[in-house]
Amino acid sequence: MALKTEEMVLNMGPQHPSTHGVLRLELEIEGELIKNVKPHIGYLHRCFEKHAEAMTYPQVIPYTDRMDYLASMYNNFGYVLGVEKLLGIEVPERVQYIRVIMGELQRIASHQVAIGTYGLDLGAFTPFLYLFRDREKILTLFEETCGARLLYNYMWVGGLSHDIHPDFIRKTKEFVKYFRPNIQEVNNLLTFNKIFIERTANVGILPLDAAINFGMTGPNLRASGLAFDIRKEDPYSIYDRFDFDIPVGEGTVGTVGDCWDRYYVRVLEMEQSLRIIEQALDQIPEGDVQSAIPKRIKPPKGSVYTRVENPRGELGYFIISDGSTSPFRVKVRAPSFVSLSVLGELCKGHLVSDVVAILGSIDIVLGEVDR
Amino acid sequence: MKNPEEILELIKFNFPDLEVTIDASLPVESIISIDPLNIHLVAQFLKTNPELMFDSLMSLSGVDDANGEKTKDEEGTEIITGGTLSVYYHLHSTSLKHKITLKASTNREKPGIESVENIWKTADWHEREAYDMFGIIFLNHPDLRRILMPYDWDESYPLRKDYKNPEFYHGMKVPY
Repeated sequence: MALKTEEMVLNMGPQHPSTHGVLRLELEIEGELIKNVKPHIGYLHRCFEKHAEAMTYPQVIPYTDRMDYLASMYNNFGYVLGVEKLLGIEVPERVQYIRVIMGELQRIASHQVAIGTYGLDLGAFTPFLYLFRDREKILTLFEETCGARLLYNYMWVGGLSHDIHPDFIRKTKEFVKYFRPNIQEVNNLLTFNKIFIERTANVGILPLDAAINFGMTGPNLRASGLAFDIRKEDPYSIYDRFDFDIPVGEGTVGTVGDCWDRYYVRVLEMEQSLRIIEQALDQIPEGDVQSAIPKRIKPPKGSVYTRVENPRGELGYFIISDGSTSPFRVKVRAPSFVSLSVLGELCKGHLVSDVVAILGSIDIVLGEVDR
Repeated sequence: MKNPEEILELIKFNFPDLEVTIDASLPVESIISIDPLNIHLVAQFLKTNPELMFDSLMSLSGVDDANGEKTKDEEGTEIITGGTLSVYYHLHSTSLKHKITLKASTNREKPGIESVENIWKTADWHEREAYDMFGIIFLNHPDLRRILMPYDWDESYPLRKDYKNPEFYHGMKVPY
């Protein structure tokens, strides 16, 4: 007698430890095989864009913190760059350097969470603790500078909320020296672990043409083999002054563009961020960080699209000004929103257990998906 | 690498019947306006033309231009009749490194714009978002559902400038 089979729909989430937030996935499965995945988002929708229209330009900054809450510094960065472009103001050198240092520290902190929780998703508990121990040191640096550990409101239009404290440069240099060998520790614990490789190599392969067509950016695109980094491609702030490499996926243990590549690109990027921080710390000039903050922010009519290399990819702000003190429209092109749309494509034909591996590898933050 | 004027010339040369204009007076970026019912054709051209190669859609944003006639109802809420809704396309070429902004404006009362979903997959969710927030109908989109708001949200669209919260949603009070 033939076994009776039928397709089944399985709900993953909204409350699920491996969805990294409130996300519901509708899995259409045939036995253990995934036929299709439909993500249902919007559980964290706060309509940031509507709020922004009722705020003045500086008042929007704290809201940007709350989108990608693991990379708040960078969200501030993109927004203030956009408004500064509209206003046509130049910010002092010192501010530029501090922004880059903070941004890169934030990138490391964000990748630490991405890598740590990815291990956690796949059953490796220990690396998570090691990474969070080190992330703590970055958060302490942030806390000493601006008083907040997660949501900073640190970068202001034209300047910064606080100057760095006198000990900051020494402490950050110490951190760089301390953290560099620990990246190797992550490699020993997780990256080249046989079980981890079995779970991630050759799983969820994203070919380059599909990656570009789906609008993937950041580590997810680079893992597919294209050395595309907005910091090099379309340099903003002072990124053109620093010497750093763009790690790309090479298919070291599997195929180019698989989960392992997406994971490993993030590990390699932490080293590059350390390099940028070192160079910036050596070059940082003296100055006043609040001298260029305009008294009244009222940009002329017009629109601007700025993009920055957020830890998760291209973070774009499309700001339209109607000449008043609050933005007419702010649209956020959130990297996680775009990355998540590729999930259905990646999961097709894989096993149910691989969904967790694939979802973890594209590294989404639901606060940003839903905004 | 081409600047917006050169790109405009190329579009005009290949689509002589189409009305294409450029607004170069804007302080930061120039915007090319295109007819909403021919956007698919132009988009296909922009992606495949070897001199342009716009293979990546960075962002697609809906905008309520709020340029219609503004009246107040008895409660003092502003109502906008007429005018346009616009969609902005920010394109980028990963191989040729140039960027361009396109704009397509459609009637606010009966908004219809051709979907570019089958050219750039990024547009899929972005168009759903623009539909969800502004009620812009993307013609030929395969799956035009709400994305951020609940699927059974009432007929209104939150990011329109004259949006008014419904009083109740499933028996729950909405304004807090």
